[in-house]
Amino acid sequence: MSAHLPVSLAAGLRRAGLPLVLALFAVYPFAAGAYFVDVGFFFGIYALLGLSLNIVLGEVGLYDLGHAGFYAIGAYTTAILNTRFGIPVLLLLPVSALAAGLFAYLVTSPVIHLRGDYLCIVTIGMGEIVRLALINNPFGLTGGPNGVYGIAAPSLGFWVLDSSREHYFLVWIVVGLAILALRRLQRSRIGRAWNCIREDEVAAQATGIDVRRHKLLAFVLGAVLAGVAGNLYAGKLMVVSPESFTFWESCLMFCIVLIGGMGSVPGVVIGAAAISLFPEIFRPFATYRMVVFGLAMILMMMFRPGGFWPRRRGGLEARDLLARLWRRHD
Amino acid sequence: MTDPAQIVLETTALSKLFGGLTAVGELDLKVLQGQIHSLIGPNGAGKTTVFNVVTGIYRPERGRVLFEGQDITGLKPHRIVERGIARTFQNIRLFSNLTCRENVMAGRHCRTHAGLAASLLATRRQAAEEKAILRDAEHRLRQVGLWDSRDELARNIAYGRQRQLEIARALATAPRLLVLDEPSSGLNPRETEDLMEFIRRIIREEHLTVLLIEHDMNVVMGISDRVTVMDGGRKIAEGLPREIYRDPVVIEAYLGAGA
Repeated sequence: MSAHLPVSLAAGLRRAGLPLVLALFAVYPFAAGAYFVDVGFFFGIYALLGLSLNIVLGEVGLYDLGHAGFYAIGAYTTAILNTRFGIPVLLLLPVSALAAGLFAYLVTSPVIHLRGDYLCIVTIGMGEIVRLALINNPFGLTGGPNGVYGIAAPSLGFWVLDSSREHYFLVWIVVGLAILALRRLQRSRIGRAWNCIREDEVAAQATGIDVRRHKLLAFVLGAVLAGVAGNLYAGKLMVVSPESFTFWESCLMFCIVLIGGMGSVPGVVIGAAAISLFPEIFRPFATYRMVVFGLAMILMMMFRPGGFWPRRRGGLEARDLLARLWRRHD
Repeated sequence: MTDPAQIVLETTALSKLFGGLTAVGELDLKVLQGQIHSLIGPNGAGKTTVFNVVTGIYRPERGRVLFEGQDITGLKPHRIVERGIARTFQNIRLFSNLTCRENVMAGRHCRTHAGLAASLLATRRQAAEEKAILRDAEHRLRQVGLWDSRDELARNIAYGRQRQLEIARALATAPRLLVLDEPSSGLNPRETEDLMEFIRRIIREEHLTVLLIEHDMNVVMGISDRVTVMDGGRKIAEGLPREIYRDPVVIEAYLGAGA
């Protein structure tokens, strides 16, 4: 019984709730104070990052714990090109996306055949290498530990997006577009091929799916979306530094996908809400925040292993994926 | 001599080694158009290894695999499926958390083309292709009698039905050679009989050729046009089922010397 309840609840919410949710998102920045509008912005950034990792982790089942690396590439591409050449930040959005995608293609091509935990370790290394490279200030481009500052605000002609509210809407419009795109992919032969690879790689090959190509595509698309998030982040903060792209950020993205439900778009948005709003709500207990957070994760794994909002078809249970992560591979 | 045009699959001096162990040694095999060709032999004889080499999962150390006269040795598995060889696995390998219909739709992947841009833009052609995929999947599901279970997760249907689903998925790739690895394993005699009947019917309807690994001697004798016996990675006998049945070499391989 309890297994069916969330599904019908989800179906009901989907029908009646979508306009309501959209209205809520539109009204929120006018009702909330400036600080909480910023919280809403970061919620959007994490939703974008969650969606981007979800392609790799949720759809294809590849353990990527270095996703912050792609996010960093996007943010630094925007920061450097804007501060050096004065190219408008919004114009750099596609450029940052492509830079992150290209980077992902180059670094994952040689290791894409690795399975499970092996790939996971390589991605951790990849993320760390990006961060350390940024700290080492290659060619004097990245500004070392201080990062790059003085990034201009995004603008459309004479309209400069300099208020919290404008940034909030910009990020959520991008999230909306990303969701539409991902939904379409989920219903395409590419999305099905991704899910087949996640379920059984050998069977996927034997069914005629080019596993390598589809895994690379997932990494590149995931990185593209992370690069977009990086651009929006840089345009908002006007400064980027290596400490924003630590291993911890990658872990947070991983948690977003696990909490929400692997391969589930609404799930990822809920996961992002949990990750970005939770610390704000529990700010008074800041000292114990991580303890509460850890406890929440453990309870999740025990009682709702499929995430808060698993994909309708019957989602993939996080517990199974974790079990697979620690299993030896041939 | 057999007419070369009739040979669907041929292996010549095929060898696959695992470290020092010869899993398959110098195997010559000819599978003829429209036949059910069975590969039998005791455990560890190398039958599944032959399958894995033919379907591209392993790359052989020596020898060649020809499919319809073309060299497919060492091609990637998905390329071999594109050429027209589909397979099933001894221990059923379905996409467990996808629905039955999605499993079969996956089989159409190699016959369809919509790329990233077409999928993102949902072009008219992509929509038409998706419709065709759904139609094909429906046809295959009805063929194996699984249409009513189309929206159930593959892991939730009965074991015997999972076998049928796996065959439906293989058929969806529009193969000309179907490679079945112990299709009767785990089935009761009744289910086995139904399955064999089904396989026979499919071959007639689809003009297929079948290469079969089988342990159940009743199945092998009942269904095969030709039988190849392997032991220790090598071919020890080949012929019609009734010839094989009495061959002393085969009996010795199965029951040991002096039997």
